[in-house]
Formats: sequence, C-alpha cells, structure tokens
Amino acid sequence: MKLTPRETAITIRGLYKAFGGHPVYSGFDLDVKRGDILAIFGPNGCGKSTLINMAAGLLPRDGGDILFDGREVAEIRVGYVFQNYREALFPWRRAADNIRYPMRRMGLPAAQVEARLQSLAERFRVRFDLNRYPYELSGGQQQLVSIMRALAVEPEVLFLDEPFSALDFETTLSLRDLLQRVLKDLGITTILVSHDLEESIILADRLLMLTRRPTTVADDVPITLPWPREAEALAAPGFMALKARCLDVFQRAVAAA
Amino acid sequence: MRALVAPVLGALGFVLIWQIAVLLRVADPILLPPPAEAFTETWRGFATGTLAHDTWRTVERTGLAFLIASAIGVPLGVALGAQERLYRGVEFVVDFFRSTPASALFPLFLILFGPGEGTKIAVAAFGAALVILFNAAYGVINARRTRVLAARIMGASGPRILVDVLIWEALPQILVGMRGGVSLALVIVVVAEMFIGSTDGLGHRVINAQMLFESGLMYGVIFVAGALGYLLNLGFLLLEKRFVHWSGR
Repeated sequence: MKLTPRETAITIRGLYKAFGGHPVYSGFDLDVKRGDILAIFGPNGCGKSTLINMAAGLLPRDGGDILFDGREVAEIRVGYVFQNYREALFPWRRAADNIRYPMRRMGLPAAQVEARLQSLAERFRVRFDLNRYPYELSGGQQQLVSIMRALAVEPEVLFLDEPFSALDFETTLSLRDLLQRVLKDLGITTILVSHDLEESIILADRLLMLTRRPTTVADDVPITLPWPREAEALAAPGFMALKARCLDVFQRAVAAA
Repeated sequence: MRALVAPVLGALGFVLIWQIAVLLRVADPILLPPPAEAFTETWRGFATGTLAHDTWRTVERTGLAFLIASAIGVPLGVALGAQERLYRGVEFVVDFFRSTPASALFPLFLILFGPGEGTKIAVAAFGAALVILFNAAYGVINARRTRVLAARIMGASGPRILVDVLIWEALPQILVGMRGGVSLALVIVVVAEMFIGSTDGLGHRVINAQMLFESGLMYGVIFVAGALGYLLNLGFLLLEKRFVHWSGR
C-alpha cells in the first residue's frame, strides 16, 4: 500500500527486536494511514503486543525507527487500553478520577478537564455512576472507563491491546459498537491487537496478518465494509468473504512454520 | 450482634474450664487462683493501685516505638522497594536482623542508650522498623506492572509514579507491616519493662506480682497485656478496611 507522507500517521522502518538472541522483528516496515483503524492479527507469540508496546514506548526496540509524523512517541499524545482493565485502572481512585488523571498530568485547567469528561460520558452514552470505584463496576463498564481514560488526552494515536478479550460476548458486541462510532467520529489513528479474527475485521479499515517469528506480513487486507458496522454486519456476504480469505491466509501462515 | 455470640461463648468457656481446674485442684491455689480472685485483684489494681498508670506507660512506650519505627520503616522501605536492585543488596541484612530475636539485642542497646527509657523504646523501634521496612519494600516491588506502565503512558514521571501508583499499590502491604510492627513493639516493650531497670509498665507489674506471690494480680496483668495486643491488632484491621477499601477486589 503506497501512502503519501501527508497521509501517513505512523512510519515504521527497519524495526529490529530480539528476545534472548531470537529475533522477533528483523527489518520490519509499516506505514499506517492517518485516521485508520489498523488491526493486527497473527498466531500466538508472533509479537503483536510487542509491536504496539514498542510503538507506544513501553518496550525498548533494538533497532530501526518508529515515527509519528516524524516525531518520537515521547513527543506525541498517545492513548493505550490494556487487555486487563482490572490491573490497569487505579482502584484507589473513582472512575471519574481515573479518567481525569491523564488530563491533569497534561496540565489541563480544571474547567477543561470537566468539559472533556462530560463530553466523553455523552459520546459513550455512560449511564452508570462515574463517581464509583472501578471495583464497583462491571467488567464492561471498567473497560469503558479505561477507553475513556485513553481518549481523554485526545490522543494522536490510540493503542488497543486485546481490549475485549476478558469480556463476555454481549458486552463485547455493545462496546465494539460504541468504540467504532467514537473512533470514526473523532478520526483517531488506531492500532488494535486482537486474537479474534471477527473482531479484527469488523473494527478495522485495514487488517495486517502476521506470520510466526521472525515476524513478517502474511497478508495486508483492506477492509472496505461500510461504516457503521453493527452486529448484523457479521452476517453480511462481504464480511463472510473477507473472513474466509483471512482464515485461509492464517492457516497457511501457521502451517508454513 | 450475632457476630459477638461465638467469641463471648468462647471466653465464658475458657473461664469455666479455669474454674473447674481450680475446683479439681489441678494446681496449688497460690499458683492458680480462682478467676473471681484474679478479677477482683485486677479491679483493685485499677481502682486503687497503679495498674492504670502501668497500662498507660506501656501504651506510651509502644506507641512511641511504633511511631519511630513507622517514620523510618515506611519511607526507607518504599525507597528501597523502588530501587529493586538496591533492595536485593540489603535484603539479606534486613532479613537477618528481622529474624534475630530482638531480646538478644538488649545488651547492645543498653551500651548504646543506657539503662533508661531510651533502650526500651529503641529496641522495640528497631524490631518494628525492620518488619515495617520489609513489608513496605515488598509492597512496592510487587506493584502491578500494568499500572506503572499505564501511569507512564499517561505522562507520569518517575517521582510522580512513586507518589501516584507505587505507594498506593504498596499501601495494603504497608498496613500489614504496621500491624505486625505494633504487635512486635508491644512484645519487646513488655519484656524490656521486666528486665531493664523499670519502675512502671505492664511488664514490670507482672513480674513484680509474680515475685510477691500476688498471683491473682499477675493473671490480671497478663490479661490486660493480652487485651492491649488484641485491641491494637483489631484497630489496625479496621484501619486497613477503611483506608484500603480496594484491597482484594
């Protein structure tokens, strides 16, 4: 996929990373288009999370560049939603204070903090009490608070690390629905790591299928299904065809190793 | 209310067995007086004697030792826990002295602090500080890594993470350490009151009663000391529940 520099939000060049002498990434390149939701899907241990953790600056890389409009990750605003919301939220702060936290770290004035909190709650149609502590909320509500916290700083890039894998199916469907609306509304460049093929397709503008280590791109699939993609979209013929294609690629990628 | 039934019945059962033992004369009445005598002697100790003052002195010494121990143990433990490699370096020494019976240190502390109040409080503070330090350090070391990463990605600097995440993560363990520390401080203070030139305190009172064959009073003082330990423990448990509302949830 050829992108002009103006269109490109994230540029990865010559990425190198090894664990215990075994390379996971060796000369990996990737461009992500501004405003796109990029889903990364691949077999276990292929380094999906490693990739976004390096991009988010949580894990050092051994070589290569990951640049956001030419800037390092420390110079931009990022949001990150962890898989395990129980361990990512601060249980000693109320849900609303969890969401305020990154805004305060940014030094936003109090009035603006409250305004953003209000607008996030409206966008996500929050009906539960944000003045509760995280452990008083359901799993889905906690992950929603995590997502709001990540979006509070109006990030230039959002990272989602298997955000729904600890939730039940019903909750996943409704949260997925909300999230895609908000992300498309705000046009936030997003990288989603998922081990659920359906979820990767339904949420993404583009699906990157990775191979086993050393990781390369098995397939780079543009997902052109129309937005919004509600639960019914899971049964549409276009979706089914994409899923069949990806499943085939996945099986070959796993078998090849 | 119903929660009180079982412990009250247990205590009554204990007194009953004691009374039966007295009636069966399993021991000389001088060594094992009837519970009623222990009670009246203790009552008299409070009403006309110095038992209230002794109890207060023990509380005071324990409290002072505990405050000193906390003031040293908590910050030092948190600081060491935040530098895990440094903590691994001093871990053996901390563990060694934590395992050393504090009573074995009395002679050394007597040389350092003289035969007065200083030694009693210093030994108790030393023992308690190590327990508190050890727990605080482990609380910080075992902080959830995801929370630290989350704070970092939200723009928190190193010191900010310490204040906003690590201390909170360690708080349940810090309070456990304080609970253990205050219990140990009480033990050491009572022993010190027995043997290090004391004129008051529960330890002094209990050994005096024993030497004067006031066995009713002796048992009474033992129970007062027991009640003190129990209440301190209970107080900290309530404190933990109140201030660490998120613990285990």
